[in-house]
Amino acid sequence: MRKNISLFITLGLFILMFGAGSVMFRGFFSMQNFFNLLIDNSYLLILAVGMTFVIISGGIDLSVGSVLALSTMLASSLLEKSGWNPVAVIATVILVGTTLGFSMGYIIHTYELPPFIITLAGLYLARGLCYVISIDTIAISNPFWQLAARSQISILGTGFISPSVMIAIVLVASGIFVSRYTRFGRTVYAIGGNEQSALLMGLPVARTKILIYMLSGFCSSLAGIVFTFYTLSGYALNGRGMEMDAIATVVIGGTLLTGGVGGILGTVFGVLVYGTIQVLIMFQGTLNAWWTRIVIGFLVFLFCLFQRIMETRKGAKKKVVVPA
Amino acid sequence: MLHLRNLARHKIFWPLASLAALMVFNLFFTPNFFSIEIKQGHLYGNVIDIIKNATPIMILAIGLTLVIATKGIDISVGSVVAISAGFVAMMLGGAVDGAPAVPYAVAIIAALGIASIAGMWNGMLVSWIGMQPIIATLILLVAGRGIAMVTTNAQIIWLYTKPFAVLGQGYFLGLPVSIFVVAGLLGLTMFVTRKTALGLFVESVGINPVAARFAGIGAKNIIFAVYTFCGFCAGIAGIIVCSTVMSADGNNAGQGYEMSAILAVVLGGTSLSGGKFYLVGSMVGSLIVQTLTTTIYAFGVPPELAQLVIALVVLAVSLMQSHKFRTMVFGFFGQRESAL
Repeated sequence: MRKNISLFITLGLFILMFGAGSVMFRGFFSMQNFFNLLIDNSYLLILAVGMTFVIISGGIDLSVGSVLALSTMLASSLLEKSGWNPVAVIATVILVGTTLGFSMGYIIHTYELPPFIITLAGLYLARGLCYVISIDTIAISNPFWQLAARSQISILGTGFISPSVMIAIVLVASGIFVSRYTRFGRTVYAIGGNEQSALLMGLPVARTKILIYMLSGFCSSLAGIVFTFYTLSGYALNGRGMEMDAIATVVIGGTLLTGGVGGILGTVFGVLVYGTIQVLIMFQGTLNAWWTRIVIGFLVFLFCLFQRIMETRKGAKKKVVVPA
Repeated sequence: MLHLRNLARHKIFWPLASLAALMVFNLFFTPNFFSIEIKQGHLYGNVIDIIKNATPIMILAIGLTLVIATKGIDISVGSVVAISAGFVAMMLGGAVDGAPAVPYAVAIIAALGIASIAGMWNGMLVSWIGMQPIIATLILLVAGRGIAMVTTNAQIIWLYTKPFAVLGQGYFLGLPVSIFVVAGLLGLTMFVTRKTALGLFVESVGINPVAARFAGIGAKNIIFAVYTFCGFCAGIAGIIVCSTVMSADGNNAGQGYEMSAILAVVLGGTSLSGGKFYLVGSMVGSLIVQTLTTTIYAFGVPPELAQLVIALVVLAVSLMQSHKFRTMVFGFFGQRESAL
């Protein structure tokens, strides 16, 4: 119960916000509104799953937004300009994203470089590659894509969601399973807790670290594909600042930035909170949409503050227990 | 040969060598790169342009060098630049007749004040609350962009107050005015950090904060001070940026500046893991970044691809700074370095 307090706070925050919106605005309280949250933010959810693993291990990945953009450019250009078939396109895009993740993870681990700088280089690299493909928007007219974009899956008649949401849900479920019930997942937490100890314990730290960044790359490219379902286009300026949104949702979800603590479920609630803020501001109508950024920033601050207080209290408790 | 190796040991050697290499490259491949003429009463040429365009990054780099020296980082400087630019533009007012709504000094001081408060906010989060610097400054990066947009009401404010343009576009004694601002700030910072014990305190906090605290150094105050100063520098940079284009764009102002500034500091020899810092090195680093960008444009490479080249440079520099990489590739160099 103690361990999950952060999770409950995030969930509570989401319920509070959604509730407040329902009271303040007519038409807010509906299943479809909730489903829209998922539809509009499915790409962010996918990004954030990958980011959760990275942050739990004590690292960071700044390239996710750019890899998402690269994926959209690659997908749209292969579909429209080269006429590839959809399955080949999806496979290629995911392969590219995962390889980029692998390269970054390899360099970070082997040469002991700070993840911040290497993933920053990855950000510029991916963004640059976007522009190499095209500076303009490429609209997608491929029928399979159109189907994926426009399909509506009805949920017990209360509303509908899109295929992207299904993809996101499957990924989230897999993520929760992997993080809690596989050796890989446990190793990720161990590395985040104390990398030296994990190494000394004999855990496959090198392999896991590289896999983590590969996973992040995979999620970024998958999120890119989902994003193209949403926008039916590829645009090089996509995803600017998305990495920060992903990090924010992970933090709000209760994952400690120092690593070792947290989980995907928290991140899901974090994404829901993020989405709700945007919807609230939209419903409000008069507030500048940029207020979302300010509120998110403030929430991240509150959660970090809370995390710090919990940390220091834990530390103080430890000191008391030491025998005289 | 021994002399060369001793020279190579000097931290400023590599940045200067890289800059020199870039200059030589341009000498051969860019026509008229080094031509300097006197036009309209001031120096004019590619090299002068590079120096003028590098000034905002140089100013940011001065503040960032001290922050990075304390083992911290500040990724919010770009957003603070936007806030400062937006604030000064909003205070001066976009009156078409060119009359400022408040005296120039008031607008400038107010913008610097806001920027310093932003720095103080970061400093409080890192020193007092003990948050990780990247996350603490992430908050302002995200929220700051929102604040900048709300300040300018999501519009681009255009300025017609001619005297204000002097800062970003004017020339004094033939050189751009902004370079004198940089020189003044650099001189002041170097004086305070090298001629007083403050520089030593900053370095010791970066190398080992716990030991520094036990040695009696007020680590928390030092950290608070460097982030405040960094915010102040971002404020100055914002004012100069606003003056250069005589407008404030809350959305685009300062975009990516933090990355260029961090790169400049890293190129200048200051390590991201804190400790010894090199202000002059950061200045050289800023010039390298700007020269690189200018060289790329001069070759007709589209600006977007410039980012790709910068990415490769960041990668190359990081690899060179990595002890393990040097040991693997340049065996003997690695062995000579003392284990750190």
